[in-house]
Amino acid sequence: MAETTTAETTATSAIDKRGDQSAWILFYRRNGRALNAFITFLLVWGFFAFNNPTLFLIPGYYNAFLFSVPATIIITTALVFVIVSGEIDLAFPSVMGAGGGLFMYMVLYGVPVLVAAAITMALGAAIGFGIGAVVVWGKISSLVATLGLNFFIVGLVNLLAQGRNIEARDAVGSFGYRFFTSRWDVFGLQVPNHFIIAIVWTIFCYVLFTYHKFGVRVQLTGDNPESARQMGINIDRVRIGVFVFSGLAAGLCGVILVQTANMVWFPTSGKAYLLIALAAVFVGGTPVWGGVGTIWGAFFGALTITLIPSGAVGAGFAGFWTDFMFGLVIILSMIAHRFSGARVR
Amino acid sequence: MTAKQPIVEMRNIVKRFGSVEALSGVSMTVRKGEVLGLLGDNGAGKSTLVKTLAGVHDPDQGDIIVRGQKVSPWTPMAARDAGIETVFQDRALAPQHSIVTNIFMGREITNGLGLLKVQEQIDEANRLMREIGFTSKVFNPESTVGHLSGGERQGVAIARALYNKADVIVLDEPTTALSLTETQKVFRFVEAVKDSGRTVVFIGHNIYHVWDIADRFFVIDRGRTAFEGEKAQFTGADHLIQLMHQLAETGKADTTSLRPVVDAVA
Repeated sequence: MAETTTAETTATSAIDKRGDQSAWILFYRRNGRALNAFITFLLVWGFFAFNNPTLFLIPGYYNAFLFSVPATIIITTALVFVIVSGEIDLAFPSVMGAGGGLFMYMVLYGVPVLVAAAITMALGAAIGFGIGAVVVWGKISSLVATLGLNFFIVGLVNLLAQGRNIEARDAVGSFGYRFFTSRWDVFGLQVPNHFIIAIVWTIFCYVLFTYHKFGVRVQLTGDNPESARQMGINIDRVRIGVFVFSGLAAGLCGVILVQTANMVWFPTSGKAYLLIALAAVFVGGTPVWGGVGTIWGAFFGALTITLIPSGAVGAGFAGFWTDFMFGLVIILSMIAHRFSGARVR
Repeated sequence: MTAKQPIVEMRNIVKRFGSVEALSGVSMTVRKGEVLGLLGDNGAGKSTLVKTLAGVHDPDQGDIIVRGQKVSPWTPMAARDAGIETVFQDRALAPQHSIVTNIFMGREITNGLGLLKVQEQIDEANRLMREIGFTSKVFNPESTVGHLSGGERQGVAIARALYNKADVIVLDEPTTALSLTETQKVFRFVEAVKDSGRTVVFIGHNIYHVWDIADRFFVIDRGRTAFEGEKAQFTGADHLIQLMHQLAETGKADTTSLRPVVDAVA
């Protein structure tokens, strides 16, 4: 009993110190992860821009960037839910690929693009439900389960596609196609519609994560699953929910990928996003241990990771520097995130 | 003392974990407005019984009857909806989250779309914290629970149990790892809850603590009901301890030494 008393006294004095902190430090404590991700993005951009200021100050230079980044943003922000819940999803690339393929089939058979997109998202969510069911009811670690399911779904898609591309050039120019890919000229910068969709999606994810019952329960489940269960949260449902959500996002990404490739689907569609999107989540400041995370951090993480390959070339580095820089940014940003909060227990 | 109405009845509860039978037909009744002290050795089945009462375990056999109605399936949410709130031994908190998020864990105040009513939750948390005398200049409802001391964390768990005006509050080993002053606080809290006409189920290791606070005792041994009795049936705390010793040594307590129940009219 005496020992505990001493321990309590020390703990109280630690809190007293906390109480003296300024509003700025408190703001940083609350939003530090997202701010660090934002600062990382500025630093990476600044580094490239410093090496070739003329190029990096031309708005038109970012056209290709804005065209390729939305899919990464959408899948990264959705993956935050999965990581925060304490799970991991390695199967989303296969859902992106499968979703894109299904979407193209529907378009080929005359389904309007927007309707096909909506159905694809629903199918993505359904595949996500299947993945979640295997993880939760099969009681398999999500790392292993989704690793296996990724191969399985990619394999199924390969068998069905027989290595062939699917093209639907007729749909280029249709209303649904323009809905995704029309561009708006903003001071010489071509902002594509699907970038605006990605921004709206991020805001949606932010509200869902921070202010909705679902997001809060995802966080509580990841923080302490046993506590969440004892307090009446159906943690199985929450876990399946994050896979459904990730599947839905992967479906949307699959649709965007084929649109941005001028309505051509490749059997390898989506494959490249596995490590990119996961790196973006962690560079974005969501820790690996679950329970907490940040949507805006993931947004900036996606921007950072997408900027590196093209930015490195633009700054005058040879293309084979890219992987080295990925690694450097990931490691350095992980160290930076240590300052915005170690795990509290 | 008039016979108090039963509020929760657990009838012939059997709970197995694999081949281990943790509870082999325990029947326990919790009556309105009483403080029931639940006692038993380590491994006697106290934790399992409490977690069953809290809905964490759904019994393999037996019924749970709340206010005369059988409730099935028996889940943590069913228990909370039935007005049973539990302060678990491990406190069941999410340390990376704020006090207010923890207080409303599983019972968020939301609008029709499921969006949180943030300000309402903060106001309610403030009110609850004041109600149990749990205030400080150095933390507020938005402070992170992981930065609080053991006693303060207990305060959060208790504040959570009080929200929603539960009829039955279950305290599982609430004084473990608490300082003397904090233990006193818990006792004062139990008194306050009892005075408000609500029921407390108090689980403790320290028989003197439980003796001081409870009106009635329920002793469990090796997954079975060993004996139960009202405070007035014992001559004192030592009597209860003597019976428990006897139970530990012989596997059976001689309850003939208990005084008969006095059905005095108030």
